[in-house]
Amino acid sequence: MNSTSEPSGKGSRTAFGPAFRASIPVLLGYMTIGIAFGLLLVKSDQPWWLAVVMSAIVYAGAAQFMAVGLLAVGTSIAEIAVLTFVINARHMVYGLSLLGRFAPCKRFKAYLVFALTDETYGILTTTVPPEGVDKESFYAAVSALDQSYWIIGSALGALIGGILPFDMKGIDFALTALFIVLLVEQIRTIKRPEPYIVATVATAIALILVGPANLLIVAILISIAGILPFRKTLA
Amino acid sequence: MNAAGINSYVLGAVLAMAAVTVACRATPFVFFRKRRPPKIVDYLQRYIPPMIMTVLVLGSYKTTSFAAPRDWVPGIAAGFAVAALHLWKRNTLLSILGGTALYMILIRVM
Repeated sequence: MNSTSEPSGKGSRTAFGPAFRASIPVLLGYMTIGIAFGLLLVKSDQPWWLAVVMSAIVYAGAAQFMAVGLLAVGTSIAEIAVLTFVINARHMVYGLSLLGRFAPCKRFKAYLVFALTDETYGILTTTVPPEGVDKESFYAAVSALDQSYWIIGSALGALIGGILPFDMKGIDFALTALFIVLLVEQIRTIKRPEPYIVATVATAIALILVGPANLLIVAILISIAGILPFRKTLA
Repeated sequence: MNAAGINSYVLGAVLAMAAVTVACRATPFVFFRKRRPPKIVDYLQRYIPPMIMTVLVLGSYKTTSFAAPRDWVPGIAAGFAVAALHLWKRNTLLSILGGTALYMILIRVM
């Protein structure tokens, strides 16, 4: 470990390569879904740069897609805020499981928290940065790369989405594939079956209770309630 | 819409969305900034990631229709291909590119 003797800027340079490799699946998914978002937004008569502004300061895919329709029909700001909360409430749980991992972070912590999407969360909780690479720099580089793909995709979609020549239908499966890879990695690390069974049952219950619309947050809350009784056997 | 091509309603809505989103993401960090997380949080920190990855994978299929094979076979088959590739080679890019390529082919030929 030589990171302590290096100047502070060095860590982020050495972190860039591994972070870029870790982020390539997100590159495929965010660019294409970002293009779809940008295209949709300008088709609803918003200016192209609003796509960039939203991807820069909101940075939440599902909420941004939802907003396109809501803005078009003039939904009240209060209502949009409530719906955004419902969609993104699961991120409160993400932070809860990152308290320890982010505790030593100083310089980039605020950005790491701001940029905590599903995909970035998955990579940060599953990927171990290579030996000697500063962890915080790695986390920050992954987060910033992921957001840059999302912003670039949104801008491309808004500006030239209508004239893109290639048929990319289905390439967004890359994000599902990323989640599957990260799940396989989790199974290698956490070998107990309980969390996977609990989460699967919880997702089924949530689907029956609320249907697809608010599935994730409800499934996650039921999962947490469901894993608590196993505290004695798992701890 | 004014000359700038935008109005205060849209801008206000976007700012509200940004504030709500960052508030969701920051809540646990702000809440536990001064106080020590209870013991139960240590336990949850370990088991929340595998549960969330399970929910995200299953959630990816939440709108899958089972009306006709072409509605569900590409996604399910490509999903198993990703898992199999990853268990076999453990190469993230290969798993994702292989599975995505299979999915893109299947939705076109089925």
